Amino acid sequence: MRAAAVDWRLAAPLGIVYLALFAAPLLLLLGISLHADQDLQQWGLDNWTKFWSDAFYRGVVWDTLRLGVAAVLATSLFAWPLAVFFCNASPRTQKILIFIILLPLLTSVVIRTFAWIVILAREGLVNQVVLSLGLSATPLRLLQTETGLILALMQIEMPLMLLPLISVMRGLDPNLLDASRALGAGMWRSFFRVILPLSLPGWIAGATLVFASACTAFISQSVIGGARLVYLPSLIWQQAMVVYDWPFAAVCSVTLLLTVLAGIMMLNWLGRYARTD
Amino acid sequence: MAWKLPAPDHLREVTTLSQSAQRLTSQQLLLNGIVHSYGNARAVDDVTLEVKAGELVALLGPSGCGKTTLLRIVAGFIRQASGQVVIGDRAVDDLPPNLREVGIVFQNYALFPHMTVAENIAYGLVARGVGKAEQRARVAEMLATVRMEGFADRKPRQLSGGQQQRIALARALAVQPRILLLDEPFAALDKNLRLDMQIEIKRLQRQFGLTAILVTHDQEEAMSIADRIAVMNGGRIEQLGTPVAIYDEPATPFVNSFIGSSNILDGIVADGGIRLSVGAVLPCNAPNRPQGKPVQVSIRPEQLMLVREAAPDRFPVTLTLSLPIGGQLIHDVAASNGTTLKIATARHPGDTSSLPGIWHCALTPEARPSIFPLSTQ
Repeated sequence: MRAAAVDWRLAAPLGIVYLALFAAPLLLLLGISLHADQDLQQWGLDNWTKFWSDAFYRGVVWDTLRLGVAAVLATSLFAWPLAVFFCNASPRTQKILIFIILLPLLTSVVIRTFAWIVILAREGLVNQVVLSLGLSATPLRLLQTETGLILALMQIEMPLMLLPLISVMRGLDPNLLDASRALGAGMWRSFFRVILPLSLPGWIAGATLVFASACTAFISQSVIGGARLVYLPSLIWQQAMVVYDWPFAAVCSVTLLLTVLAGIMMLNWLGRYARTD
Repeated sequence: MAWKLPAPDHLREVTTLSQSAQRLTSQQLLLNGIVHSYGNARAVDDVTLEVKAGELVALLGPSGCGKTTLLRIVAGFIRQASGQVVIGDRAVDDLPPNLREVGIVFQNYALFPHMTVAENIAYGLVARGVGKAEQRARVAEMLATVRMEGFADRKPRQLSGGQQQRIALARALAVQPRILLLDEPFAALDKNLRLDMQIEIKRLQRQFGLTAILVTHDQEEAMSIADRIAVMNGGRIEQLGTPVAIYDEPATPFVNSFIGSSNILDGIVADGGIRLSVGAVLPCNAPNRPQGKPVQVSIRPEQLMLVREAAPDRFPVTLTLSLPIGGQLIHDVAASNGTTLKIATARHPGDTSSLPGIWHCALTPEARPSIFPLSTQ
């Protein structure tokens, strides 16, 4: 009884901050979204119906979720082999690798996004290489395409996937891989039957981070995606700051919050099946 | 994209006489001039070793002597710098571990934690493309072999250390490896369980006629289950022989000090024996040792005894302490020049100590002290 009282008081400061700065604004946002007019005078679900009955807005939600999933798939595809390589590398190589891995986190979002413009532009690095190698007669269109955006997001969000994956993989007993190989399993089978299932908890943590941040990567989405590609974050900005339709912007915001949350919950649900012990 | 292996010859049901003969030779292991270095440190230094089919050889030595590196070279986890590993009549140096047909049991068992006991045992069979029905039969058979029936659906974390060890053994044996490698398999077990598992492994090794290599730093373990022991030091095999030969006739001072306990006495080769600095002449013939050469004489505690009468081949000692340890009395004595020795004598019922005071130390009639030239120390 006494212990419970102490526990409560210790949690109180953070709890109050949380209520005031996180829960309250969220409730406010929800409240705004339930207004029918821009002056916030009339209650009503009009904006919710407007959002969900319009195929364009539903498409934006779908595109946003798809972007998140694509970013997770792209980072996973490269992160797993890199994590395996990292765990087998010498301590010296590991130090260099960790610096390279952390590099995207050490640069400002704006700078690294503009760096990607230089790389993906019509006369950019990628196109110069592609043209000089004769892989394509005309420059590839990479800017303002989903492919280019996924490519940039993959680099920017790679550390979020790699770090949890590496930390789980480093904790694995190296004898497990040796045991698998001695029992007659080749490298591929050993990876898919032993390393992959055992590193799934790290992947789920990484996938959660990558999914959430790819869905909400406002700067990358708007700078690389441009006006051609519309995702929920840029829609929110547009509705709130350009159109000044706050109830509709609130609807978009709550939708973004709920869809990303749904994605994270799905990953968590997956995580329960990935219990490794 | 797994390697699909055809079932090896000795997996087939019918065993004709010629096939069993074939199996014998296919289970031999020959290490030929193996050298391996980590950076500048030479971990394995020109090791040549032949393990006969059905033989259990222990690689015994202190940590860092190269025994584990040698084991990993046999398994194929490490590629040696030079030398050859021959299993059966085939050099396997270019084969990856999954094609070597070598079973390995690790100190920490290394069971796959996300699989059940049955899935662990079946792992190697699945990798070899063995059919489902045969898998089930083999898993049941292996569980019976290690006396773990009824544990098939448990997860490794639900098992005790000894049980995990049995499953690790069953998993390694399920694919009928040509060579079984045991990497400090008893180190993580408590003492009573350790003896049980040693007996268990020896039983299985005999029953299946397994060719096995045991890596250990525990001499008692090596003594109790190995057919032959290779004592390793500094990447080399110092001595290879039966446990008894290694104990009774250590070839080098290192083997002598590593195996069992012994008393080291300084001496000089003299007429008809060795003049010890503690004041006695041992009447042993030291062949090919020039007169006046300094030597070290190693005598096991049980090869010494305490007597009352003085003689030229005995030396006076002061007895300070006698400890009754099981069936033995361990006496702690000091010679006149300060050298301390341990003497072990059989304890008769009721004995708790011998009388402290001046005694004379003599060799037992069957004692065979080991003599080493001093220069090698």
